[in-house]
Amino acid sequence: METDKSKKIVIAVIGRDQVGIVAKVATALAENQVNIEDISQKVFSGDIFAMTLMADIGASTLDLPTLTQRLDSALDGMGLKVALHDAELFQYMHRV
Amino acid sequence: MANFTSDEIIETVGMIASQKLDIRTVTLGVSLWDCSDPDPIRCAAKIREKLLLSAKRLGPVAKEIEGIYGLPIVNTRLSITPLSLVLPSTEQEAFVEVAKVVDEAAGEVGVNFVGGFSSLIHKGQTKVDEALISSIPEVLSTTERLCSSVSLASTRTGINIDGCSKMGRIILETARRTADADGIGCAKLVVFANAVEDNPFMAGAFYGPGEPERAVLVGVSGPGTVLRALEKLGPGGCMGEVAETIKKTAFKITRAGELVGKEMAKRLGVEFGILDLSLAPTPAEGDSVAQILEELGLARAGAPGSTAALMMLNDAVKKGGAFASSSVGGLSGAFIPVSEDAAMIRAAEEGAITIEKLEAMTAVCSVGLDMVAVPGDVPEETIAAIIADEMAIGVANNKTTAVRIIPAPGKKEGDRVSFGGLLGEAPVMPVNRVSAKGFIGRGGRIPAPLQGLRN
Repeated sequence: METDKSKKIVIAVIGRDQVGIVAKVATALAENQVNIEDISQKVFSGDIFAMTLMADIGASTLDLPTLTQRLDSALDGMGLKVALHDAELFQYMHRV
Repeated sequence: MANFTSDEIIETVGMIASQKLDIRTVTLGVSLWDCSDPDPIRCAAKIREKLLLSAKRLGPVAKEIEGIYGLPIVNTRLSITPLSLVLPSTEQEAFVEVAKVVDEAAGEVGVNFVGGFSSLIHKGQTKVDEALISSIPEVLSTTERLCSSVSLASTRTGINIDGCSKMGRIILETARRTADADGIGCAKLVVFANAVEDNPFMAGAFYGPGEPERAVLVGVSGPGTVLRALEKLGPGGCMGEVAETIKKTAFKITRAGELVGKEMAKRLGVEFGILDLSLAPTPAEGDSVAQILEELGLARAGAPGSTAALMMLNDAVKKGGAFASSSVGGLSGAFIPVSEDAAMIRAAEEGAITIEKLEAMTAVCSVGLDMVAVPGDVPEETIAAIIADEMAIGVANNKTTAVRIIPAPGKKEGDRVSFGGLLGEAPVMPVNRVSAKGFIGRGGRIPAPLQGLRN
């Protein structure tokens, strides 16, 4: 789905492990035309959930702050922290 | 665009979420050359108009960028051409008048500080400088956001001892005028050797005469991220490994700042001036330079070895920063303010760190004696002599040094002063009471050292 409008973002979700986190995040992204390109998740010491996800927001009508709100409300009450960043930040910080 | 590993992503997210990596300030430098007018009312009106026009989008654009990169921008600020170069008046009242208007304009555009109530008198003062400097106590006690700085020395010109003397008086008077708030006026007043013209950090920011019309100056911080990286390295790492760890962390922080600075400049339609990576502590737990020194193996900041540790820290920060960005400027290094750093406050309370040790440490870090509270009855000549010593360190070492000292009215050694917010609180530190009156009383200027003759 590489297009001219392509805009890569990075999403991190961290918190207490429970059933359905990936499903809820993926559903919320799909509903807003955000394409998932890479996803990785792990559970640490039995109950700490961490997921990192790269996605393309180019086809979505939402900007990052609004998408953050959508994800926050999708995961409301689950004790999870969601962070969204333009992927350029990581490009700058981790690649020379 | 490359894919990133989970570790890289989690590292960055952790830096922001728990280690307080942030853009400490996006400071918009605005040249006021074209606002000059001998009539204070007309001059103030021109300045007001230019500031409102230049900075009205500063706050909203900072919010946009914050939303996109998920990186907090803690403060937006303004730095302006030193007012001594803009208002050609020899009347103290004229400066008070203009200061009020600048302060109000800063409030209207939503910045929390504006720097540039400044005079450059490292070789000598004009009548205009005389008027501006004499108005400082009144200005700092009647405005909220305006910050003042005075350049007193440089490697090329030597040290203006008359200026040091005058500033000793001005600092005491400013403290007296803000006595009900522990002398907080002095927290907005800095004196410099080798002052920097593109510094984004307060209270010492002013927009130098060699700068372009407007520029974005970014100050990025993150002592917490360096601390965390060193914790991961553990107590076993040798000095080379420690320096390498600091350098790598500084690289990443600087890159984040560069990205924000360039994007801010683009969206505001102005030049990207500089990026200043300075480990600037805040009173928040873990956001501390003194705690980095403790992590390196010193029981408290101020212990023997502190100067060496700080030298390594400051140097590694500069090396990482210089590799990460071609626009490194400002002060770039480590700040050691007392009242704004929780572990430094503790060290001062326990007597582990003294003013003399702080002074030694300023020879190897980016600024100087910063946010140091001293008893309110310290004589003006002693304040002047403390300033002169600090200026000497800067002048002889070709570096910036500064003094921001608060002689807290009615307070004595061991009492506490509290300024609130980012300015924090501090114990009143003991001052060597042996007189320097005769020395300071000689007046004049200490000639430029041999280091200044470089052509």
